[in-house]
Amino acid sequence: MAIRYIYAEYEITRNYDRCIACRVCERQCANEVHEYLPEAHKMVADEAKCVNCHRCVSLCPTHALKIVKSDNTYKANSNWSQKNMNELYRQAEAGGVLLSSMGNPENFPIYFDKILLNASQVTNPSIDPLREPMETRVFLGSKSVEIERDENGQIKDNLKPHLKLNLPVMFSAMSYGSISYNAHESLARASQELGTYYNTGEGGLHADFYPYGGNTIVQVASGRFGVHQPYLEAAAAVEIKIGQGAKPGIGGHLPGKKIVDDVARTRMIPVGSDAISPAPHHDIYSIEDLSQLVYSLKEATRNTKPVIVKIAAVHNVAAIASGIARSGADIIAIDGFRGGTGAAPTRIRDNVGIPIELALAGVDQRLRDEGIRDQVSIVAGGSIRNSTDVVKAVALGADCVYIGTAALLALGCHLCRSCHEGKCNWGIATQVPELIKRLNPDVGYKRLVNLLTAWRHEIEEIMGGMGINSIESLKGNRLMLRGVGLNEKELEILGIKHAGE
Amino acid sequence: MKRVYVNEQWCLGCHLCEYYCAFANTGEKNMARALKDIKIQPRIRVEEGNDVSFAVSCRHCREPLCVKACISGALQMMDGVITIDQDKCIGCCTCILSCPFGSVALSPDGHAAQKCELCVQTAAGTPRCVDGCPNNAIVFEERG
Amino acid sequence: MLKEGQVRIPSGCAISGMFSKSGQRTSGESIIQSISVMHERSNGLGGGFAGYGIYPENKDFYAFHVFHDNLAAKKECEDFLERHFDIINLSKIPTKKNKGVTDEPLIWRYFVHPLPTKLESSQLDEREFVAKCVFRINTSIDGSYVCSSGKDMGVFKAVGFPEDVGRFYRLDEYAGYCFTAHGRYPTNTPGWWGGAHPFALLGYSVAHNGEISSYDANRRAIEMYGYSCTLQTDTEVITYIFDYLHRKKGLTFQEIAQVVSAPFWQIIDKMPAKERATYEYLRNAFAAQLITGPFSILVGFEGGLLALNDRLKLRSMVVGEKDDRVYIASEEAAMRVIEPDLSRVWSPKGGELVLVELEGDKR
Repeated sequence: MAIRYIYAEYEITRNYDRCIACRVCERQCANEVHEYLPEAHKMVADEAKCVNCHRCVSLCPTHALKIVKSDNTYKANSNWSQKNMNELYRQAEAGGVLLSSMGNPENFPIYFDKILLNASQVTNPSIDPLREPMETRVFLGSKSVEIERDENGQIKDNLKPHLKLNLPVMFSAMSYGSISYNAHESLARASQELGTYYNTGEGGLHADFYPYGGNTIVQVASGRFGVHQPYLEAAAAVEIKIGQGAKPGIGGHLPGKKIVDDVARTRMIPVGSDAISPAPHHDIYSIEDLSQLVYSLKEATRNTKPVIVKIAAVHNVAAIASGIARSGADIIAIDGFRGGTGAAPTRIRDNVGIPIELALAGVDQRLRDEGIRDQVSIVAGGSIRNSTDVVKAVALGADCVYIGTAALLALGCHLCRSCHEGKCNWGIATQVPELIKRLNPDVGYKRLVNLLTAWRHEIEEIMGGMGINSIESLKGNRLMLRGVGLNEKELEILGIKHAGE
Repeated sequence: MKRVYVNEQWCLGCHLCEYYCAFANTGEKNMARALKDIKIQPRIRVEEGNDVSFAVSCRHCREPLCVKACISGALQMMDGVITIDQDKCIGCCTCILSCPFGSVALSPDGHAAQKCELCVQTAAGTPRCVDGCPNNAIVFEERG
Repeated sequence: MLKEGQVRIPSGCAISGMFSKSGQRTSGESIIQSISVMHERSNGLGGGFAGYGIYPENKDFYAFHVFHDNLAAKKECEDFLERHFDIINLSKIPTKKNKGVTDEPLIWRYFVHPLPTKLESSQLDEREFVAKCVFRINTSIDGSYVCSSGKDMGVFKAVGFPEDVGRFYRLDEYAGYCFTAHGRYPTNTPGWWGGAHPFALLGYSVAHNGEISSYDANRRAIEMYGYSCTLQTDTEVITYIFDYLHRKKGLTFQEIAQVVSAPFWQIIDKMPAKERATYEYLRNAFAAQLITGPFSILVGFEGGLLALNDRLKLRSMVVGEKDDRVYIASEEAAMRVIEPDLSRVWSPKGGELVLVELEGDKR
């Protein structure tokens, strides 16, 4: 193309006083941005190819590199922003749907950041987690029971199957195929060590990971990829994926180039074929159909495993969740509009769905109003970024949270949002062997364990400050939350008071 | 005894180990100043080919041929670590010829041999190639 | 100023209780003496008593103690009672004015029995029917508040220091096998009689000292089962939790203690398998009924009294024994003043249930 309409958004700045021309930037860039000029013994870069993944910046031993936002600009226009214009140029050139990866980056309100937490002063004591036990164990599943006793008066265990977590955080669904073998191994091993669960996504369960089945949630999605009897039997729980926060109402498309040998075998599809998940489940056109699938899966697993139904947070999410709770599901996972993805149409990702905070608050209250909250557990996902987001989500009513993006960041991801290109320089969202090996699971799993261990300490500290020594007393405890800068309607939906009240 | 081991499964061929090695042996505090416009002569070298890469440095053999071969007594083994006394070395290259791993080379000035000494004589104290490896492909550990 | 129920008011407190295992009825004078020793643990903004075995001649009827703000409310409330109950007896509760207790509402007592036809058409069990009627009055009749609704028991409470409240209600003229008392130290000015403690529903009455941190988690969970927490007090929600777990779910008091003041997982995880399974079951199924934060509570019920501390024992509570009598109070002095010669005094551990019940045929 003779005319290049779009100027690179980011520029690579190299400090030549520091650059020793070791060429690590060149060797580590799958996009071939950096080049060594032998005659000048000098590195140069072509930022037009740069996706701003920071691999070179992170590995440069002399800190000679940084990436800055280009100050090249169009004539200032509040309506036709540079982003709007660039997207238009791209479409005019290629004639296709714009694709993006990871969560919605647009400037919508982040309610978690407008909620503040409480702490004890005088009238009741805060509790020091270094001196007193502080409990973060959570059970997921139906808690609705009538007490039954045996002939000795002992209570019979008539609870439905549940999941037991050491802390209220699980790794959300990311399929093998969309992410690499090593990323999956890191998640599996971390889950086992932490006493929580990871989720296969719709990519099947690699034969090597069956030993981690006790910490694995297997997904049954609209494409049914990789679903077979041993797959269901290996898992701790089965998740029916109806929707995903990044692309509600949209199916999935893993391009054939990512369907390499192992991925193909695990998904049970031919090598190189596109893996297309339909937008709806074609056996679920209504709520009663969902109930049939829930009970089919329960039957297939001999009623030994909880069934999760995952939905995207859409406008009438509370009513939908109520239907799901009555359909026999044990756990409802709600994915907010900022949830991540390996690939989604940009317009969908950036414009469909609602914030998880509002969806969660609405669902929790609705299920309580209907008296069925204890029939199901709620898992909230869609951009849980830190331990306070976890605390706030639990206080709004979640039993636990799903993290996806946060886990990938721990593995090295810098949110360059180019997963769909399959050339992840961090070895996460790729199936290219020399890139995959950049993520050593020995390192990766440890970083995940570190992350959640740190979060657990922080959660304990925050709970202790509130005078709460067990996470179940935080669940739905909305008096521990206050809004700042929120309007009446937002406070009403969140079910919290304004700071100062 | 702890030795440097390399797991080629995780070696990315990024060559950072070579630069950290070279830097460690300059005694400089600043890597850019130490290595700017220098052709480095590290004591660890990344071998590459056929989609495999791995770093090679002195194995610190239990029965080191290089020590046996040394005609001036410059190479010696202390607590399992094979070091070289550059003042004694006469640059005869017998050790280079005798090392089955190719882990001994001439130092940049060409007057004496040099090899990995597990950074026992550098400021780092522990092997810098290990610390500098971004993927834990090079490890420093006890293995029977 | 917002009234109790429109705003959540934390408070510290004093509690005291006495119980005769042989069912011997004694005058309410002792409990007034006991609670008055802990005068400085209250601040004059609430005091109250619960007595059990005080209405032997009407023991088969629900005794409603009702505060009416005015005659209109009283009429509306009595019309409601007429529609749902046989009113066996109604009277003003006798009082004796003193300077420490002011602004009293109209205080009436009704001995009632559910109308069989109403009960049958409600398809509820009798106690559930009564509880629902109490909620109806307290939430929908403006100016009427039922503060006591059990059989052969009654709650007497007001704004004031507890000893003044006891004199006001002429408690010395009642005799019962069990009394509990409460002196309140709220951090705000409620100025409403209904907000004083003990809080009661059916035969359960709770006197509580503490400020629980799990309040809203407990409240939102219990409200799902048909309770409405109109007062926003800890005591109210604790009462409902006990009612729910005991009356509706059929847990024993020992099991309830394992739920609300559960042992830590680090203890449970070391238990033998069978025991561990029961504890885990209770903590899992009734996670929303776990109470955290400081509390010491006295729960009176028909035929018994229990005392329980929070799992860390963040509030003082001691127990004393003498012959068939058991005394429980925030401070030992409150027991010694009425029984100097206690044979045994001990301090229960956090989460350790103290349960006393009428013995043998007195049950």
